[in-house]
Amino acid sequence: MTVESTAARKARRSAGGKAGATGTEPAGSAGEAGAGADPADKGTGTAGAKRTASTGRTTRAGKTAGTAGTTRATGTSGGKRAASKPRAAKKAAGKPAASTAADEHDLVQLLTPEGERVENAEYDPYVADLTPEDLRGLYRDMVLTRRFDAEATSLQRQGELGLWASLLGQEAAQIGSGRATRPDDYVFPTYREHGVAWCRGVDPTNLLGMFRGVNNGGWDPNSNNFHLYTIVIGSQTLHATGYAMGIAKDGADAAVIAYFGDGASSQGDVAESFTFSAVYNAPVVFFCQNNQWAISEPTEKQTRVPLYQRARGYGFPGVRVDGNDVLACLAVTKWALERARRGEGPTLVEAFTYRMGAHTTSDDPSRYRHDDERVAWEAKDPIARLRAHLTAANHTDEGFFAELEDESEALGRRVREAVRAMPDPDHFAIFENAYADGHALVDEERAQFAAYQASFADAEGGK
Amino acid sequence: MSDQKTEKMAIAKAINESLRQALEADPKVLVMGEDVGKLGGVFRVTDGLQKDFGEERVIDTPLAESGIVGTAIGLALRGYRPVVEIQFDGFVFPAYDQIVTQLAKMYARSLGKVKLPVVVRIPYGGGIGAVEHHSESPEALFAHVAGLKVVSPSNASDAYWMMQQAIQSDDPVIFFEPKRRYWDKGEVNTESIPGPLHRARVVREGTDVTLVAYGPMVKLCLEVADAAAEEGRSLEVLDLRSISPLDFDSVQASVEKTRRLVVVHEAPVFLGSGAEIAARITERCFYHLEAPVLRVGGYHAPYPPARLEESYLPDLDRVLDAVDRSLAY
Repeated sequence: MTVESTAARKARRSAGGKAGATGTEPAGSAGEAGAGADPADKGTGTAGAKRTASTGRTTRAGKTAGTAGTTRATGTSGGKRAASKPRAAKKAAGKPAASTAADEHDLVQLLTPEGERVENAEYDPYVADLTPEDLRGLYRDMVLTRRFDAEATSLQRQGELGLWASLLGQEAAQIGSGRATRPDDYVFPTYREHGVAWCRGVDPTNLLGMFRGVNNGGWDPNSNNFHLYTIVIGSQTLHATGYAMGIAKDGADAAVIAYFGDGASSQGDVAESFTFSAVYNAPVVFFCQNNQWAISEPTEKQTRVPLYQRARGYGFPGVRVDGNDVLACLAVTKWALERARRGEGPTLVEAFTYRMGAHTTSDDPSRYRHDDERVAWEAKDPIARLRAHLTAANHTDEGFFAELEDESEALGRRVREAVRAMPDPDHFAIFENAYADGHALVDEERAQFAAYQASFADAEGGK
Repeated sequence: MSDQKTEKMAIAKAINESLRQALEADPKVLVMGEDVGKLGGVFRVTDGLQKDFGEERVIDTPLAESGIVGTAIGLALRGYRPVVEIQFDGFVFPAYDQIVTQLAKMYARSLGKVKLPVVVRIPYGGGIGAVEHHSESPEALFAHVAGLKVVSPSNASDAYWMMQQAIQSDDPVIFFEPKRRYWDKGEVNTESIPGPLHRARVVREGTDVTLVAYGPMVKLCLEVADAAAEEGRSLEVLDLRSISPLDFDSVQASVEKTRRLVVVHEAPVFLGSGAEIAARITERCFYHLEAPVLRVGGYHAPYPPARLEESYLPDLDRVLDAVDRSLAY
C-alpha cells in the first residue's frame, strides 16, 4: 500500500468521486436481469404453468346481467344485492382463492373488450353526460399516459432512470378513476399512479425525479391535491383516511381517494384504514387496482375471497369494476366519491385489471407467470377497447388518431429532454428540510460537511 | 410572574393542563388515542378533556397504533395538529413503521412543502411493577431517526411547558412521559416559559462529577447527589430534557468544570443515548477529562418481570458506584 499525502488523496478523490454518482450508468446494468425482455424470449415458465388462461374469460355476460352485474357487499343497505349472488358466496366458501378469475356476475362493465356499450341502469347515469369530445378526451389521456410510461421505461433502459414502475395495462383504471375526482378532492397514490397524476395536472416530468434519484418527491402535494408517491406498501391509506377525517371535521364536501394494489390489501395499515374510515364515516374511496400480481405473488397469495368483498366485514360497500374499462371505472368511482361527499362514508372499489409489464424495471415476470395469461389480457386492452367504441360510434375520424400520435411523440420527446436536463441536486440538499424548526445536530454536521468539501478545493489549489 | 399563577401539581396533571391550554388556544389541536376520551386515559392524563372539548377534539380511537399515527399524519396534512397517545412504551412498535417511514420523512420528501406537527405521547420507563411491554425505554430508537425530535420532561413545570412547545413545533415530536413520576408534584408557573424546548438545564450545581440524566432518572440523580454530599462529594446534575436534538454544549460546559461525567438512563446502555454522549463528549473534552465517560443503565436483556426490575433499573448505589469509579482514575 502506498502512502499519499492528504492533499494528493483529496485531489484524487475530488476528481474521481463525481463520476457515477448520478445514476447515469450505461444501459443494461440495472436491467440486465431481463426486466425489459419480452417474457416470450424466456421460454415457458414452469411455476406459472398451472395458471392457465382462466383469467382470460371475457365478460360479455355482463350484457345480460345488467344491474344484477353490480355487486355491492354492503353491510347496511345492500342486503338485496348480496342475496343476488349466491354463486360467488358458494365459491368463496367451497374453494380457496377464487378471486383472480373475474366472475362475470361480479364485474361492473360498461364497455366490452370489443368496445360494445353495455347498459347498466345503476351506473349509466354517471357517464350519461359524456359527449363524444369527452370520450375522445379519455382516449387521449390513456394514449398519452401509455406513451409517457413507455418513454420512462426506455429512459430506464438507457440508464437515465434508476428504476421505473410501469402502469402498462392499467390506464383505464387510472384515467377513469382520476377523471372522476374534483379539484378539491385529495388523492393518495402509491408509486404507479402516473395516469392519475396526469388527470390531476401534475407535470409528468415531475414524476421522474425520484426515479432518477434527484429527489424523494418531486412536486408540491398541495398544488394539485395529489400526495407524493408512497413506497412503503399501504401506508398512504391511513394518511388518506386521516385526511378524510379532517375534511369531515371541516364540514367540507370534498372526498379523498386512496390507491393501493392487491398486495397491499394484505397490509395491516390497509385493514386499519378500513376500520378507521368506517368508524368515523370518513369520506374516502379506497381504489384497489387488482393487477393480479404483487411482484411475483398472485392474488391467491393475498386473499381467499374476492377483494371487494373485504369491505363487507368493515360495514361499507365494495364494488368490483372492470379495470380495463375506462367508462366503468369512471362511473363507479364517481358514484363512490359522490357517496362519500354526501356523508355516506367509505367505499372499496376493486378495479380488476392486469399489470402487462414487470412490477418494476428490476423485475422479470417470465420467472413467475405464464405468457398465455398476458396474451389473454391483451385481448382486453383498455385503449383498443375505447378506440373500437369511438370508431363504431362514429365519434371520431382518422385525423384525430393521427394528431394524437404526433402529440404522443412530442410528449415522449419532452419527457426525454426533461430527464436528461434534470440537474443533480446541490450537495447541501442532504441537509435541507430535515426539520422544519431546525436541529442543532443537522447544523453541526452541515458545517462539518462544508469544511470537508472546502478542503477539496484547497487540495486542488483553491479551485 | 405573579404568585397566583404558580401552582403545585403532579406531572400527569401538568400535562393535562397543558393539553387543555393547547386545545383552548388552537382549534386545530386534537387529542387522539385509545381510552383518552371517556376514561381520560389509563393514567388519567387526558381526564376531563373530552367532556370539555367534545368527541370531535378529543377522540377515542380504535385499538390500532399504526392507525392512530397514520390517521394523525393525514389530519396534519389537512392542517390539524394532533397529539396522539400511545398507551404504553412497548405498544409503540405497531406504529413504528408509520413514525419512522412516514412521519419522520414527509417534510424532507416534500422539500419543505408539507409539515407534520404531530406529537406522539408515550408513557415510558419502569418502576411501576407492570407486566411486560409496559416498562420499556425505547427513546434511542426514535432519536436515531432524522426528522423526529425526542424529548422527556422530568418535572411538572417542564411537563407543562414542554408539551406546549412540542405542540407548537412544526416538527413531529416524540414526547416520552416518565410514568413512574406521573404523581410527583412540583411548582408550575403557568405564565412564564422556563426556556427553549431543547435546552438542557443544570438542576444542581457541583464541582467533582457531572451526572447527566433525563426523564425518570433526574430525580434519582438528585438523590445520588444528596447521598454523595454526605460523603463530601459535590456532584453536578444536568437534566437533558431533550434527547434529539441533544444539548451537547451544556454537557460540555459542565464537564469542562467537573472533568468527570456519568450518564444515567433506564434504557439499555448498549448503543443507547449514553453512548452518543460519551462519544461526543470524549471528542469535545478529551483534554479536560480526568476519567472515561461512564454509563449506568439497563442491561442488554429484555426488560425483566416486575419482581426483578429493581435489580435491572439504575439505583442509588449503582450510580454512586459509577461516581466512585470515575473519581478513582
